[in-house]
Amino acid sequence: MRSATISVLVENESGVLARVIGLFSGRGYNIDSLTVAPVERDGSKSRITIVTQGTEMVIEQIKAQLDRLVPVYKVLDLTEGPHLSRELALIKVLGTGEKRAEALRLADAFRARVIDATTESFTFELTGATDKLDAFLDLMRPVGLAEVSRTGVAAIARGVGTIE
Amino acid sequence: MDGTIQAAEMMNSGAEAILRALKAQGVDTIFGYPGGAVLPIYDAIFQQNEIRHILVRHEQAAVHAAEGYARSTGKVGCVLVTSGPGATNAVTGLVDALMDSVPLVCLTGQVPTHLIGNDAFQEADTTGITRPATKHNYLVKRADDLVRVIHEAFHVARTGRPGPVVVDLPKDILIGPAPYREPAHVQHRSYRPRTEPDPRRIEEAVALLKRARRPVVYAGGGIINAGPEASRLLAEFVRMTGFPCTNTLMALGAFPASDGQFLGMLGMHGTYEANWAMHDCDVMLNIGARFDDRVTGRLNAFSPGSKKIHVDIDPSNVNKSVAVDVAVIGDALAVLKALIAAWKQDGTVQDRGALAQWWQQIDVWRSKNSLRYTQSRDTGAIIKPQYAIEQLYKATRGRDTYVTTEVGQHQMWAAQYFKFEKPNHWMTSGGLGTMGYGLPAAMGVQVAHPDALVIDIAGEASILMNIQEMGTLAQYRLPVKIFILNNRYMGMVRQWQELLHGSRYSQSYSEALPDFVKLAESFHAVGLRAEKVDDLDRVIAEMLAVDKPVIADICVDEKENVFPMIPSGAPHNEMLLGPEHKGHDKPGVTDAGMALV
Repeated sequence: MRSATISVLVENESGVLARVIGLFSGRGYNIDSLTVAPVERDGSKSRITIVTQGTEMVIEQIKAQLDRLVPVYKVLDLTEGPHLSRELALIKVLGTGEKRAEALRLADAFRARVIDATTESFTFELTGATDKLDAFLDLMRPVGLAEVSRTGVAAIARGVGTIE
Repeated sequence: MDGTIQAAEMMNSGAEAILRALKAQGVDTIFGYPGGAVLPIYDAIFQQNEIRHILVRHEQAAVHAAEGYARSTGKVGCVLVTSGPGATNAVTGLVDALMDSVPLVCLTGQVPTHLIGNDAFQEADTTGITRPATKHNYLVKRADDLVRVIHEAFHVARTGRPGPVVVDLPKDILIGPAPYREPAHVQHRSYRPRTEPDPRRIEEAVALLKRARRPVVYAGGGIINAGPEASRLLAEFVRMTGFPCTNTLMALGAFPASDGQFLGMLGMHGTYEANWAMHDCDVMLNIGARFDDRVTGRLNAFSPGSKKIHVDIDPSNVNKSVAVDVAVIGDALAVLKALIAAWKQDGTVQDRGALAQWWQQIDVWRSKNSLRYTQSRDTGAIIKPQYAIEQLYKATRGRDTYVTTEVGQHQMWAAQYFKFEKPNHWMTSGGLGTMGYGLPAAMGVQVAHPDALVIDIAGEASILMNIQEMGTLAQYRLPVKIFILNNRYMGMVRQWQELLHGSRYSQSYSEALPDFVKLAESFHAVGLRAEKVDDLDRVIAEMLAVDKPVIADICVDEKENVFPMIPSGAPHNEMLLGPEHKGHDKPGVTDAGMALV
């Protein structure tokens, strides 16, 4: 078993995300994370980033199955080479007194930004690799973690190569 | 398909634009059933004569008929159904076509765009429902897109690995004016199937094949889909190499059954020699087959000692269930051309001695005569189903005969005992295993080949699943012959219950069957019955002599089973042979095997 981060460049048309998700549920593949947004200036193409797990044979299957969808331009397995993965999280922490001060100190150590505050709460914005976000959330739990919203993984290959 | 600037001609209605696009795509026949949402298309059909519409009795049958049409002609089949139940009834046919890679375009009506999502009368989320049932589907929301989408649908259906495509058409799009453009020969933006093989893979394949001592060619439906020329080249390649060749259920006819190098069908009910050759070979060349579970048996014991070459147009078929050594992505025709050229160019000399030894071994397996059965010739003896098929085959030999089947024991007996020499003459539901496929498929074949002999080899249970199509046969004077092997059981279910479930025949007896002779007559057809072996040849001769649809009710041995059989979860070398053979026994099936279908 291995984890794979796969980028899929698709025609930005209605139903394309349903095709991708339906393929995963219909064939019993895992989705650990999925993000999608238009990436062309004219909005004609979207990029879907999927983090999945499976044996080497299953991951090869996933890529081939994605590639045969009619509106798919390109499937790229970023885990085959050096690449960058980032996620963004918005994190609400409730508390007063020492816990509140501790939350702020930890946030500072992780370079999380305060984007909203009341006398009883902070909302942090944190960007980083998935494991960094996980570590931060683990630390926030005892000091009043109340709510999390994460974007899922966006990823891109290192170096001069592009998906097209 | 897009990006080209072409002068558009405004048509009075979307429906007219659609018919013009269908004509440009070479459509001469539509199988369909009208309803509220598609009335504008039916109105346009009424006002022209170039496209013939065949009115079926149920939308599922429209799709199977289009499959029969497509598989017997190599053209794209065309279906027209209404919204809601029209579309949902078509779904079984669409999945059938998807599993067996049959090119179809199915036009479905839809409620007008402003009502979509309102739970309107006869509204269904057709693109949602058919997304996993099709190769691709479209919902046309703008008149400007209409004609481009129709042309694109045909392109997607027929190219690459063929398959069904749905175009969902809201009624307001059909009524309002729409621009018409001719199909543009421009590459699709994202869809570009690969057909030409990588020459390096061809070289690797030939290097393995030249050094093979125990080779086997395992040919699948991809050969048929690549056109009759691919079948011709398959035969050329098999003859020039001297290799043995086995065909899948889907590929029967791709290699001539009468050829000495043919091992018969392989798989769960394949011949002894085909399955043993697959198990013991040292190099396997799979062209256009997909290592289906009916073919491989237990995966970890499948052909354990062989190097495997897999030729497929669909990369997702490669390494899906069986890991292969050389994968060649491409169209079977292009690959066969390349293989033949590379075989001639490669200087390596074949080990003809080893090949001769391999053939000796194959002849030992052949001498088992695994399809043997005994038919009593005593007056009044019961008919063996295998004998019925053999007699039918003998009586039709030399004629241009197309055979369809339903699903079950009769289907396997037809595959085993009817011999096919040419591609596109055998139409059966392989992947999905759809009971009720054969009669409508035969209808579609007969429409495409009005003068040919078209036979649906059926079971008494399957035939009832689309029996309403007898009305269509009558209306269009389609002289389809329905040859029912009537054993009063859902035979394959009964066989599995006997072998795997302690002979507890739960719900598999065909209680309260109709009188098929009277049923035929009530549908303006001819009904015949053979109850004893003495009746059989006369009934077959009468059936073939009549220029009308016929139901021939052939009453056969109720307890006959299909052999050889590889039980679920067993490897090829643990094949069961029939009662004629020594060592015939009930299968030892593992718990894991019991869970398999």
